[in-house]
Amino acid sequence: MIIELGHYALVLALATSLLQAVLPIIGALRNDHALMEVGTVAAKATFLLMALSFSALTYAHVTSDFSVQNVWENSHSQIPLIYKFSGVWGNHEGSMLLWVLILTFFSALVAVFGDNLPETLKANVLAVQAWIAASFSLFILLTSNPFNRLLDAPGEGKDLNPVLQDIGLAIHPPLLYLGYVGFSVCFSFAIAALIEGRIDAAWARWVRPWTLAAWTCLTAGISMGSYWAYYELGWGGWWFWDPVENASFIPWLAGTALLHSALVMEKREALKIWTVLLAIMTFSMSLLGTFLVRSGVLTSVHAFATDPERGVFILVILILFIGGALSLFAFRAAHLKAGGLFAPISREGALVLNNLILTTAAATVLIGTLYPLALEAVTGAKISVGPPFFNMTFGLLMLPLMLAVPFGPLLAWKRGDLLGAGQRLFAAVAVGLVVGSAIYYAHNGGPIMALFGVALGAYMIAGSLTEIFLRSGLGKVTGAVALRRVSGLPRSVFGTALAHIGLGVTLIGIVAVTAFETEHIVEMKPGMTTDAGGYTLRFDGLRNGNGPNYSEESGHFTVSQSGLELAEVWSSKRFYTARQMPTTEAGIRTFGLSQLYVSLGDDMKDGGVVVRIWWKPMILCIWLGTVFMMAGGAVSLSDRRLRVGAPARAKKQKKPVLEPAQ
Amino acid sequence: MTRKQKRLAIIGGGVTFIVAAVLLVMVAFSQAIAYFYVPGDLAKADLAPGTRIRLGGLVENGSLKRGDGMTITFSVTDTLDKVPVTYTGILPDLFREGQGVVAEGSFKEGSPVFVADTVLAKHDETYMPKDVADRLKAQGVNLGGKENIQ
Repeated sequence: MIIELGHYALVLALATSLLQAVLPIIGALRNDHALMEVGTVAAKATFLLMALSFSALTYAHVTSDFSVQNVWENSHSQIPLIYKFSGVWGNHEGSMLLWVLILTFFSALVAVFGDNLPETLKANVLAVQAWIAASFSLFILLTSNPFNRLLDAPGEGKDLNPVLQDIGLAIHPPLLYLGYVGFSVCFSFAIAALIEGRIDAAWARWVRPWTLAAWTCLTAGISMGSYWAYYELGWGGWWFWDPVENASFIPWLAGTALLHSALVMEKREALKIWTVLLAIMTFSMSLLGTFLVRSGVLTSVHAFATDPERGVFILVILILFIGGALSLFAFRAAHLKAGGLFAPISREGALVLNNLILTTAAATVLIGTLYPLALEAVTGAKISVGPPFFNMTFGLLMLPLMLAVPFGPLLAWKRGDLLGAGQRLFAAVAVGLVVGSAIYYAHNGGPIMALFGVALGAYMIAGSLTEIFLRSGLGKVTGAVALRRVSGLPRSVFGTALAHIGLGVTLIGIVAVTAFETEHIVEMKPGMTTDAGGYTLRFDGLRNGNGPNYSEESGHFTVSQSGLELAEVWSSKRFYTARQMPTTEAGIRTFGLSQLYVSLGDDMKDGGVVVRIWWKPMILCIWLGTVFMMAGGAVSLSDRRLRVGAPARAKKQKKPVLEPAQ
Repeated sequence: MTRKQKRLAIIGGGVTFIVAAVLLVMVAFSQAIAYFYVPGDLAKADLAPGTRIRLGGLVENGSLKRGDGMTITFSVTDTLDKVPVTYTGILPDLFREGQGVVAEGSFKEGSPVFVADTVLAKHDETYMPKDVADRLKAQGVNLGGKENIQ
C-alpha cells in the first residue's frame, strides 16, 4: 500500500510540476500575480510529493519488502541498517528518484527564500526548474520505475553491490547530486534572464549564493567519492580519470569558472553574456554527466545500469535542454547590454584568465571523455583514454592557473598593477623556494617536477594569505589594530583565501604522493617483516571471521619504528555470499598526513599470503585541501553581502519599473 | 591602451591559449591513448614493440601460473587465438579463469609475451568488459548467458 502511495505521489509530482512549468510563465507574460504565485505553491507541493515518494521507497528498503523489484535486486535482509538506506540510491531507479528529489528541493528553496526576487524572474525560474523536474519524473515513470512489484515475492534479496556497502558511498551520491543538480538553479536563472531579456548586477548577486552552495556540495561529493575509491577499491588510487569521475569533475570546473565570472558581473557589470552562457553550460555538463552515467554508454566501474531505452530518453532530454537553452541564448544574447570595460591587467582580467583556463581545461576533460565514444560510433575502433592523456593535457593547462591564483586578489578592479602585485608576492615565492629546497635536501634530490610542484603548492598557500596579511597591516601597526582590521574584513576575503589555500594543499598532496609513494608487493608468512616509508610492518597471521552478510579473511599486521611497536593494522578480503563476490578491505594506518596502505592478495600454498604495501606520503593533503575549499565556500556563503535580503535594496529600486500596471 | 587594444590583447591572449590547448590535446591523442585488441586482431595489427595497447578476452582455463615472486602468467583468449601475458602484482578481486579480462601494457622487442602493467576486471560477478564482449561476438564466439552484460 505504501509503495503504491509512493508511486502515486510520483505521478502527482509530475502533474504539479507540469502546472509549475506552464502557469507561472503565462503569469509572467500577462503580469498576472495569481498565476505567478502558482509557481511558488506548486514548487513546494512538488517537493513534498517527491519527498513522500522517496520516503515510500526508503520504507520498502528499510523493511526489506522484497515484493518490490528494486528492493529485491539491491537489498538483503541481513545488511546493516545504514546500507538499507543507502541501497535506496545505490541503484539506477532510486538514484534517479534522488536526483529529482534534490532538483525539486532546490525549486522549493527558491520558492521559499525567493521573496526578494522580482516577481517575474522568480516565476520564470520556477517554471524552468519545473521543465527539468517534469522531464526527469517522466523518465522515471516510463523507463525506470522503482515501484515495480514482483508477483511472487522472493524470500530474500539479491544484496546491494558489496563495493557500495560502505559509509563513504552512503553519503557520496546525495552530496554529489546536491552539487550538480544544484547548478540547475543557475541554469534556470540564466534561462529566466534570457526569457525576460534583462540582466544586471542584481541578477549575479542572486545567482552567486546558489552557485556557491552547489559548488561547495559538489566539492564535498567529488572529494568523498575520491576517498571512497581510495580506500574501498583496494588499489590505492585516488583518482582514475574514469568517465564517471569526469562526469562530475567537468561541471565542477565549469562551476568554479561560473563562481568567478559571476563575481565580475556582480561587481563590475562586465562579462554578462559570458556568465549567462557559463551558467547554461555548467548545468548542461551536469545533464551530460547524468546521461553518461545513467545511460550505460560507458564501460566503467561506476556504471551499473544499461538499457538503450533509457539512454535514448535521457539523450532526448539532454538535446532538448542544451539545444533549447543555447538557441534561446543565440537569439537573446545580442539583446543583453555588454558591461563595463577593463584593462587586461586588472582583477577582471585575472578572473577572465581564470575562466579561460578553467573552461579550456574542462573542455579537454570533456574531449578526452567523449572521444572514445565518438570514435567507436564513427569508425568502430576502440581506444582507451586514460590518465596519461589527462595528465598531459589537463595537468599542463592548469599550471599557469596555479601560478596566477595568488595574483588575482592582489590586483585592483579596472586597472591593476602587475609589478606591484608581484612585489607583494615576494614573500610567497620565497616560501615556495624554501619548501622546495627543504624537500630537495630531505630526499637527496628527487624529481625536479615534484620539487617544483610542492614549491608551487607552498607558494599558493603563502600567496593566498598575503592579501589578508597586507590588509591587516601587520608590522606597520600594533597587533591589536591588525587583529581588529582582520576581523573587519569581509568574510568573502577569507573565503577566497581558504579556497585558494585548499588548492595549494591539494596540489602538494597530489605531487607528493605521485612522486614519493613507494609500493612493495611481497609474499609474507607469519612473522616476516617488510619496510615501508621508514616503518617496519610485521605480518602476524590470518584470521577468519564472519560479518552480517559476508565472510572474511583478515591479515593482522604490526607496525613498528626502530623496534618500537606503534600500531596494528587489519587488512581483509571479504566474500559476500549473496552475490558470490569478493572485495578487498584495505588496512590503512595514518601517520600525520601520510598513510600506510596494506591490501591482501592471494593465499599461497605454503601458508603465506601476497601482500601489497604502499607508503602514501602526504596523501591526506589531497582531501584536506578540498576541506579548505569547502570551508572557503561556506565562509563566502555566510558573507553578509550575500545574505538573503541583501539584494532587497535593488528590488525596491526595480519594482516600479517591473510593475507598471499598479 | 585604447578600447580596441584592450580588446585585442584579451582576445589575442585567449586565442593563443586555446590554440596551445588544442595542440596539446592533439599531441596527447597521438601519444597517450591505447587501442583495444583481442588476440585474433594482433596478427593483422603489426604493432611496433613497446606500443601501449589494451588486450581483452577471456582468461584461458588452466593457464594461470604463479612464477617467481609476484609474477603471474596467464593466457588471454578469444577462443580462437591466444596470447601469453605476464603481470607482476596483485590481481583484481574478480580475476578468474574463464572470465573476461582487460590487460593494459605492451609487447617487448622480439617477444610474443604481452607484459601487462594493469589488469582490469569489473566489480560484478557476471561482468565482461563491453569491449571484450563486442569483439568476441564479432569473432563469432558464442557467449552463452554472458551476452546480457552490463
